Amino acid sequence: MSQQHLSPLRVPLVSEARTLGQLTEEICAPMERPPTWKWWAAFAIAVSILGTGAGIVAYQVGTGIGVWGLNKTIGWAFDITNFVFWVGIGHAGTLISAILFLFRQKWRTSINRAAEAMTLFAVMCAALFPVIHMGRPWLAFWVLPYPNTRGSLWVNFRSPLLWDVFAISTYFTVSAVFWYVGLIPDLATVRDRVKSGVRKALFKVLSLGWTGSHRTWSRYETVYMLLAGLATPLVLSVHTIVSMDFATSVIPGWHTTIFPPYFVAGAVFSGFAMVLTLMIITRVVLGYEHLITTRHLENMTKVIIVTGGLVSLAYATEFFIAWYSGNPYERFTFMNRAFGPYAWAYWIMVTCNVVSPHLFWFKKVRTSPAAIFVLSLVINVGMWFERFVIIVTSLHRDFLPSSWSMYTPTAVEVGTFIGTFGLFFTLFLLFVRVLPIISIGEVKSVLGFARPEHEQAPAHHPPARPAPVAGEAPAPLGTPPLAIATRKDVPV
Amino acid sequence: MSTPVLIGYFESEAQVLDATRAVRDSGHVLQDVYTPYAVHGLDDAMGLRPSRLTWVCFGAGALGCTLALSLQLYTSVVSWPLNVGGKPFNSFPAFIPVSFELTVLFAALITVGTFFARAKLFPGNRKLALPRVTDDRFAIAVSPRRSPEALEDAEQLLRRHGAVALDLKEVSP
Repeated sequence: MSQQHLSPLRVPLVSEARTLGQLTEEICAPMERPPTWKWWAAFAIAVSILGTGAGIVAYQVGTGIGVWGLNKTIGWAFDITNFVFWVGIGHAGTLISAILFLFRQKWRTSINRAAEAMTLFAVMCAALFPVIHMGRPWLAFWVLPYPNTRGSLWVNFRSPLLWDVFAISTYFTVSAVFWYVGLIPDLATVRDRVKSGVRKALFKVLSLGWTGSHRTWSRYETVYMLLAGLATPLVLSVHTIVSMDFATSVIPGWHTTIFPPYFVAGAVFSGFAMVLTLMIITRVVLGYEHLITTRHLENMTKVIIVTGGLVSLAYATEFFIAWYSGNPYERFTFMNRAFGPYAWAYWIMVTCNVVSPHLFWFKKVRTSPAAIFVLSLVINVGMWFERFVIIVTSLHRDFLPSSWSMYTPTAVEVGTFIGTFGLFFTLFLLFVRVLPIISIGEVKSVLGFARPEHEQAPAHHPPARPAPVAGEAPAPLGTPPLAIATRKDVPV
Repeated sequence: MSTPVLIGYFESEAQVLDATRAVRDSGHVLQDVYTPYAVHGLDDAMGLRPSRLTWVCFGAGALGCTLALSLQLYTSVVSWPLNVGGKPFNSFPAFIPVSFELTVLFAALITVGTFFARAKLFPGNRKLALPRVTDDRFAIAVSPRRSPEALEDAEQLLRRHGAVALDLKEVSP
């Protein structure tokens, strides 16, 4: 607050004056009141989609993955598309919490908690697909290197699919730890608000005895910085390794060195689109327009312009290199992508990912939540199609025209994909109910950002009596404290 | 034998920073400062040294990297060498991704674990926060020098810097 010397040109991060107490009140309120009918309606829909999805998964596990639309030519299609789609979405959370933290982008404080939660849920959805693809998911532990009675027969450490196992599980674990460490001070805030009951007990356990001691805060800040430093290369490595699933193969259209940065840019692009979709709904439903301000949305749309540009550049480079390489198979694959039987999917991708982000150059669009919402959905669709195009069009017409084929997803595949949306939204709706979705501690630290002292909100809880002026006789020791109940168990 | 600990409550970041500096200058023992969020500048005001957790993080990362490389080398070269397309058994570049992931995993988990241990944060912890310091209050805990006048002096000092409430606790060492 006072020690921050900022240019008067800066815009406050929290658009309305709030005291610390008001802020706690506001962010904790949705957890403390009974859910509205809207929440129940959304939850009912999400859970029924999840239930249907679970039924469909049970069916394909019971019957075998022959119920999918794959054939001898197209051995990978819908399942892996959805895997890459969800992993990509799962990149924005850690990007917001880690990379923006290292760049000292203070506006991240209002959105990082929800974005990180979204990351975890998206990675859970993503991880389901390879496990289902195994056909016998109860043997999923075979992907881990553990001593066994078959030799020991080890996993193949030269395979990018195994690298994926390590990348995704590390990413999930580290993101979960990062999220939890960030939550601890807020869990303590909630613990101290709740009077009694199960919630009190639960938050007491989860907050690990946090007292707000600055000695702990100081270490906490160090740990948070270290985790951000670790998560930054981690988030880049995850989609790099996912792209290597394709890039290390010899399939034209996949075998390219551009894939790692191309996939990472695409992941950030789609992840920010999903964060925008969720944040725009959340800020309206919970009335957080002054915390997640239009400026936050605008900043995210700018990230989308940049990453959308990177993705467009990657599309163009791929085409150019296919021509420049002189490789007839490579050339054919790309011509086939743009003008072959899946041209419709290719042009949906181009419209959504290359053309639509340019609407964000207009300030009117960047500051209109409704327009941003629509465009964020468009980008999500476009990014799903990107993965579909890369995977299916590269496979369906291979080196030998006699084996050319077409791929259409079956109802089971589509149902599984929709089911993961059920899982995602069920988890997100529960999160909104049980945890503070905005980082209370972090927003408090930027409350005074660019807001002169005299403009700040008046003290919410007026002091029990005015602070004594210097020279005034102090109350003798041993008299009861002024406004505070004495407690014996206070740690010092 | 118990020590008296004086706790002063404040309403703003600026006041608590001033008061913390004043307490340290006055010669009273500053026990701790309790704040609802990480107040920047308080490390300096309290005279805290930078945390050594960064070294723990480095060591843990080095450990993770070593273990990952050893595991891959052992399984691919010693335990069951397998000829995959004529590639060398020790295909070192292919071992980098897993080594990187395990470096990050070890560094993150061990750093957080050490932090919890050092800050004595654990489930079932019975410590309670001072009233309202996880909400909107800042508190300074001071052990005055051992004399009745010192207690009064510390109390006056806190009030002068804007303490809105004071509390005296007996804490057994």
